[in-house]
Amino acid sequence: MTVTTRKDWASDQEVKWCPGCGDYSILAAVQLLMPEFGIERSNTVFISGIGCAARFPYYMNTYGVHSIHGRAPTFATGLALTRPDLDIWVVSGDGDALSIGGNHLIHALRRNVNIKILLFNNQIYGLTKGQYSPTSEIGKVTKSSPFGSILSPFNPISLALGAEATFVARSHDMDRNHMMEMMRRAHDHKGSALVEIYQNCNVFNDGAFNEITSKDKRADNLINLLDNEKIIFGQNNDKCVAYDRENGVKIADVSSVGEDEIVVYNSKLDNPALAFAISRLASGPYSPTPVGVFRDVQKSEYGEALRAQSQDAVDKKGRGTLEGLLGSLPTWTVD
Amino acid sequence: MTVKNETLDRIVIRFAGDSGDGMQLTGDRFTESSALFGNDLSTFPNFPAEIRAPAGTIAGVSAFQVHIADHDILTPGDAPNVLVAMNPAALKANVGDLDQDGMLIVNSDSFDERSLNKAGYSSNPLTDDSLKNYRVYEIPMTTLTLEATKETGAKPRDAERSKNFFALGLITWMFNRPFEDTFEWIKKKFANREIVLESNLVAYKAGHAFGETAELFGSSYTVGPAHFTKGTYTNITGNHATALGIVAAGLLSDMEVLLGTYPITPASDILHELSKLRHYNVKTFQAEDEIAGVGAALGASYGGSLGVTTTSGPGVDLKSETVGLAVSLELPLLVIDVQRAGPSTGLPTKTEQGDLLLAMYGRHGESPVPIVAALTPSDCFNAAIEAARIAIKYRTPVILLTDGYLANGSEPWLLPDTSKLEKIDPNFKTEPNHVNSDGTGSFYPYIRDPKTLIRDMAIPGTPGLEHRIGGLEKANEIGSVSYDSLNHELMVTLRNKKIEGIQDDIPLAEVDDPSSDTDILLLGWGSTYGAIAAGARRLRALDKKVAHLQLRHLNPFPKNLEEILSTYETVIVPEINLGQLSKLIAAKYLVSVQSFTKVQGVPFKAAEIERYVLNMIKEN
Repeated sequence: MTVTTRKDWASDQEVKWCPGCGDYSILAAVQLLMPEFGIERSNTVFISGIGCAARFPYYMNTYGVHSIHGRAPTFATGLALTRPDLDIWVVSGDGDALSIGGNHLIHALRRNVNIKILLFNNQIYGLTKGQYSPTSEIGKVTKSSPFGSILSPFNPISLALGAEATFVARSHDMDRNHMMEMMRRAHDHKGSALVEIYQNCNVFNDGAFNEITSKDKRADNLINLLDNEKIIFGQNNDKCVAYDRENGVKIADVSSVGEDEIVVYNSKLDNPALAFAISRLASGPYSPTPVGVFRDVQKSEYGEALRAQSQDAVDKKGRGTLEGLLGSLPTWTVD
Repeated sequence: MTVKNETLDRIVIRFAGDSGDGMQLTGDRFTESSALFGNDLSTFPNFPAEIRAPAGTIAGVSAFQVHIADHDILTPGDAPNVLVAMNPAALKANVGDLDQDGMLIVNSDSFDERSLNKAGYSSNPLTDDSLKNYRVYEIPMTTLTLEATKETGAKPRDAERSKNFFALGLITWMFNRPFEDTFEWIKKKFANREIVLESNLVAYKAGHAFGETAELFGSSYTVGPAHFTKGTYTNITGNHATALGIVAAGLLSDMEVLLGTYPITPASDILHELSKLRHYNVKTFQAEDEIAGVGAALGASYGGSLGVTTTSGPGVDLKSETVGLAVSLELPLLVIDVQRAGPSTGLPTKTEQGDLLLAMYGRHGESPVPIVAALTPSDCFNAAIEAARIAIKYRTPVILLTDGYLANGSEPWLLPDTSKLEKIDPNFKTEPNHVNSDGTGSFYPYIRDPKTLIRDMAIPGTPGLEHRIGGLEKANEIGSVSYDSLNHELMVTLRNKKIEGIQDDIPLAEVDDPSSDTDILLLGWGSTYGAIAAGARRLRALDKKVAHLQLRHLNPFPKNLEEILSTYETVIVPEINLGQLSKLIAAKYLVSVQSFTKVQGVPFKAAEIERYVLNMIKEN
């Protein structure tokens, strides 16, 4: 157990996000959380692609790589397969992870390799100065959609669940403790983990999450998923998530449904159907939206399984040597 | 009638049939038994991209050529002396290559009207006299195979598929290969499929017996063993040798190997080979795409492993951004491009040397990458080690160029003395390399060795040396982001000089110039080695003096190349592309070269090199 403080985890680099950017609070949450794990900074690696979020590794006093657009999960996967001793975090944005890097994201999740992916979702392209992203809502007016976006956005949680992710959570940049709890759970999870963080871009998409994250609206519009607890929310605890014949689940008034119709959440279910149904309750951050851990199940971790195969080969054949390598070929000898 | 036995110094045999006829297996097996017999040999498999193109069509023809000799040979042979054609399409696609007076062995059962039509014959070549220049042997192989396998319990449709073993048995008899070797091999290969095993065995025996008793052939032939240097040999393909070279580089550097790759013809066999070798500290990762393959390899390199990715041209296109990242980060990365005919999907199973300029220039910005090329199938072993050595030592991506011809072709390989292979030292830093103003130490990732310009590299897990690197331009030495214009120029120059400086660390070029009295230099690179060297031999046999230089290092070039070029008045550059090395040589050394090119998806023939030089001499 190594004792560190938040300060130890901050690099000497000046942070260069726009003043007021949600990324600051995520950085603070990460730097506050790291000491809790009792790990060495030298065994921690932050890897990113391209975008505003991708500058994150420069600000962590750990090992770090700022790679190329969308490819951070691939780089992290190669590192995780060969260095199980490291804590590996991928920091990505909605463009990086869901557009140019979409293929890598779904396969990194499917593979269940030991990397923790923080997806800063601000529903806009920030670094390229304000084009619509794969999570922008229909109708979004941006520089590249002056007449409004006509594309359906991805729901990152639904996407991750469809990609066989074993750990999927959502948080937002206005609640440090909740972010830290989601990251803590992700860190403790064996395998790949995705934490979607609603992050405000105050320059190109300011207030995108106001409907659900502003202090006065949270109680009514944030649905906090807690294992083994009934999903009840609202200022007066008068709303709930109840089972629904057509859609699996629905939002209802507590008073209008029977006690046993209210969903008791369980992120550990092997079948992701309930998690998926819950992820569909909101089509965007404008109506009651679930946050918390959607899914947290234990499956074989790819790196561990691969290493087990290697160990098995060594057990059966012995550790290979150069002489053995050439000696195993069918040969003939000329005297 | 007694069958004579003639002794030949060399023979080229081509097996040709439908993709499903098992011609590659038949050729492979004949090659193995020739290798065990002690011949020198060289092979050239040539097959379509489709696994099973429509049966009986020209598109579906698969062929395997093997050249065996009692002396040292360099190529799979220009023209086959013997063609085994299992159907009309195989005959039509291959007979044009057959040597004058060559021997043609055909499965006459397959020359029915339907098959003739499919192959595009309007009349039967077996009866219309069009084959009169060849010694034609019509053998009803299907009928004979069915008869032989009657007792095995195999259904006729399955039994018929053993006819390639009938052909193999016949050729084994004809060329006096040891009968038992292949017999035992069949037993082992098909051990788990009783009926298939039985019918293959009896077909093989029947083919062999047919040769002996049919009194059809006036002679059998013996190609005696070659005089090899003493030592232990194996017959090896280029892809197999590449895989072994990768493993060896890992063992020599004491680094774990991670192959991050995506299946692609003709490179996939490297993945297959390495996937079997887990106990050699090798991991293989079949990624979701080409980009993820190289990304994972680079991630592994960052962690202190040897990251390797294998691919062909289309994959190199996709990987180029990551190769550029590796240039910028200055991390080791081995990129193996098994070239195939392009552009685009091109001819996936056919060979080409079309990616030299891609390897050299196929990235944005000033992005120099060392390039190494293998010369022969077995040389892929050494070339892979050399490429890995440069990558690890200089912390740079290196592109190793092989091609479809090397990848699938095979030759005997004198196994190296492994104790003489040089160790590779990754030389990772474990101590701070910079003293801060307060007296504490820190690590600056872009402090360089003043002579080689190799940067200091520390891997994650090293306490106290935490640092960040990225694709943004880095401040010299410190490594933090810098947008300073002069710093950018400095970094671009430093990275370029580092690669140029590798010149001091690679062997000088050695010209094969036995006469030392010629103005003509044949300058090749990579896989054209065999054809050019064999062409040079032919020319010298005609008393035409030529020198030959085959380049293995294409970036940087060997230090003495400029001097060598200045010694010869005529420099001929044969290439399987439209003249890519020619351009590099002409641009760099301002010398005029004669580009001699061929882009047909097949390698040069020795005779083509010979003819080109003879014509040139005549014209002058």
